[in-house]
Parts: sequence; structure tokens; C-alpha cells
Amino acid sequence: MSKFGIILNGLIKENPTFVLVLGMCPTLAVTSSATNGLGMGLATTFVLIMSNLVISLIAGFIPDKVRIPSFIVVIAAFVTIVQLLMQAYLPALNDALGLFIPLIVVNCIVLGRAEAFACKNNAVDSILDGIGMGLGFTFALTLLGAIRELLGSGKVFNMTIFPEEYGTLVFVLAPGAFIVLGYLIAIVNRIRKV
Amino acid sequence: MEYILLFIAAVFVNNVVLSQFLGICPFLGVSKKISTAIGMTGAVTFVIILATIVTYLIQKSILDPFNIGFMQTIVFILVIAALVQMVEIILKKVSPSLYQALGVFLPLITTNCCVLGVAIQVIQKDFTLLESVVYSGSIAIGFGLALTLFAGIREQLELVRIPKGMQGTPIALVVAGLLALAFMGFQGIC
Repeated sequence: MSKFGIILNGLIKENPTFVLVLGMCPTLAVTSSATNGLGMGLATTFVLIMSNLVISLIAGFIPDKVRIPSFIVVIAAFVTIVQLLMQAYLPALNDALGLFIPLIVVNCIVLGRAEAFACKNNAVDSILDGIGMGLGFTFALTLLGAIRELLGSGKVFNMTIFPEEYGTLVFVLAPGAFIVLGYLIAIVNRIRKV
Repeated sequence: MEYILLFIAAVFVNNVVLSQFLGICPFLGVSKKISTAIGMTGAVTFVIILATIVTYLIQKSILDPFNIGFMQTIVFILVIAALVQMVEIILKKVSPSLYQALGVFLPLITTNCCVLGVAIQVIQKDFTLLESVVYSGSIAIGFGLALTLFAGIREQLELVRIPKGMQGTPIALVVAGLLALAFMGFQGIC
């Protein structure tokens, strides 16, 4: 696979949210606005790239039996770094994302890519895979956040598109997350079949 | 009284799956039949209560006195992973019949975010040990309730004709959305 192909693979062909349907918890929970979705996506992208890099470098030394626990420790270390950086430099976003920053550890995308890609490929390819998957995830989260914010409060990235009174509040609340994502995946399914 | 309020709040008002979005993967993954849903609930209840007690004690007796709270994420996930393995080994020896019923679900639980999520929540909310046990138990019951209801609806969905693009995950998500809408009715009880 070409270098560019690896990035494109994560972004479109195997988009983690719309095609693989992985990492649903943060996808649904933090996308009440486009900004939150973007922030969560970028945090996950950072963890993905760094953990893919380190795991591809150390995969040769790790005995097969303790593979998964070692991967989890590497991932947890990077999540802790993200957590501390966010607390220091982006306190507002940190409060908005809350519990879901530490929960990047159990995001199936990160462990999934470590197991399916990083431990079998070289460092450069693994970084590219991390970038592709991360951007695919970020794109999905931002899109979902933007649609929910628009339908719910008439804004996108805090810019008013139509007056707030015309918004349907339920799309910002929990049920809206499930319903919008359901229809988005249905649309993607439809497009992929054509 | 306090504990009853905590229970109602965790099961209905802030349902772990439908309003806190923890544990969505098993919620979508093992909800095709009621029987597997009940098996999963049993395994989750067991692990969640045990994990909360152990991580609570570790936080209060090791992380807090030595001032290394930033290690929380790494320590908790390792403890939970080890605990799940241990439960699996012990259960295999002590009660083979229970192991048969829960066995397949146990390895899946390590990556179930509601276990780690509840362990961290309990510390953030500054609960006492007893409150933590009640809270984690209620979360598990809430998870079971949502999962069983959802599995029941999905069994019926098998019999309905659904447009091609909506089959599988999309229709499941829309149904979950309607279920979440129903649970929003509980808001304001306490």
C-alpha cells in the first residue's frame, strides 16, 4: 500500500466511526458541539499516533503472551500525558470533555490499531496509519458535533446560523446523539453501496 | 434514604448507557438476544463492584498518601485488566457452571469503559466506600435494565422489514435514541 493510501484508508475506506463502528462511547458523549468533537478527535489522534509509533518500535521485544497488557500500558501513558497537558493549557475543553479524556485508554480504536496494524508494520507506516485513523475519527466527530449543534441550537462552532428559538433541544441532549449517528451511518452505507 | 436516592438516580435518571454513554460497545454488540444480554449483565455487575472496591482502596491507601494521583489512569486500567483475568481463573476452578454462563463475556469487560468510568467517577464524586459500592451496584443494574430492554426490542426488529441502508447498526442506534428519549422522562425525579 502506498504511503498516501494508508492515510486515505483510515480517512475514508475504513473510517473508524462510520465503517468500523469503533469507539462509540466518546463519539456519542462529547459531540454536543462541533468544538468538543474536534477537541476529542485531536486528543485521540495524538494518542493514536504516539502509541502506534512506540508499539511498532517495541513490538519485536514483547513476548506474545503479555502483548495486550503491554500495549495498554503504553496507551495509558500517552493518555496521561494528554490529560495533564489539557489540564494545564485547555482547562475549558478539559472540563467539557471531563471523564472521557481518561477513557481514551479503553477506546477500542487505539488498541484495535495497535493490534491490527502497528505491531506488524514499520514505524513510518504506523505513524501514517495513526494520522489517517485519527483524522478519520476527528472528521466523524466534528461532523456529528456540527450537525447536532446546528439542529439543536442553530450554531456551528459557536457561529449563529439561524436563531436559537428554532432549534430542537433534543439533538444536543443524549437521544439526539444516537439518532443523528444512526442516520449518518445509514447515509454512508447507502453511498458505499453505489 | 440517601442510598435509595443514589440508587434511583444511577438506574433511571442518569442511566449509565442512555444518558452517560458508558459501555456503548457491549450495548450494541451483545444485545441481539435477551439471554446473552442477561449473561453480560451478570458478568458486568460482578466485575464493576469488585473493581470499584479495589480501585477505591488503592486510590485512598496508595495514590493519595504518596501524592501520585496522576498515575490514576495507568494504575486503574492495569488493576481492572488483572482483576478480570483473576476472576476468570478463580471462577473456572470454583464454579464451573457459573464460568460456563459468564465465561465468554469476561475478557470483553476489560475494554468496557463503564468499569473504568465508574471507578474514576467514584473518586471524582468523593464517595465513601459504602456509597461507592451502592453506586457501582446501581450502575450495573441500570446497565442491565437498558441492555435487556434494548435486546427485547431488537428481537422484535428481526421480524420487521427495514430499508437496506438502515439495517444493522443504524436502526439499532435510532432505537437506542428513542429508548434514551423515554428515559429522559425520569429527569427531575431527584
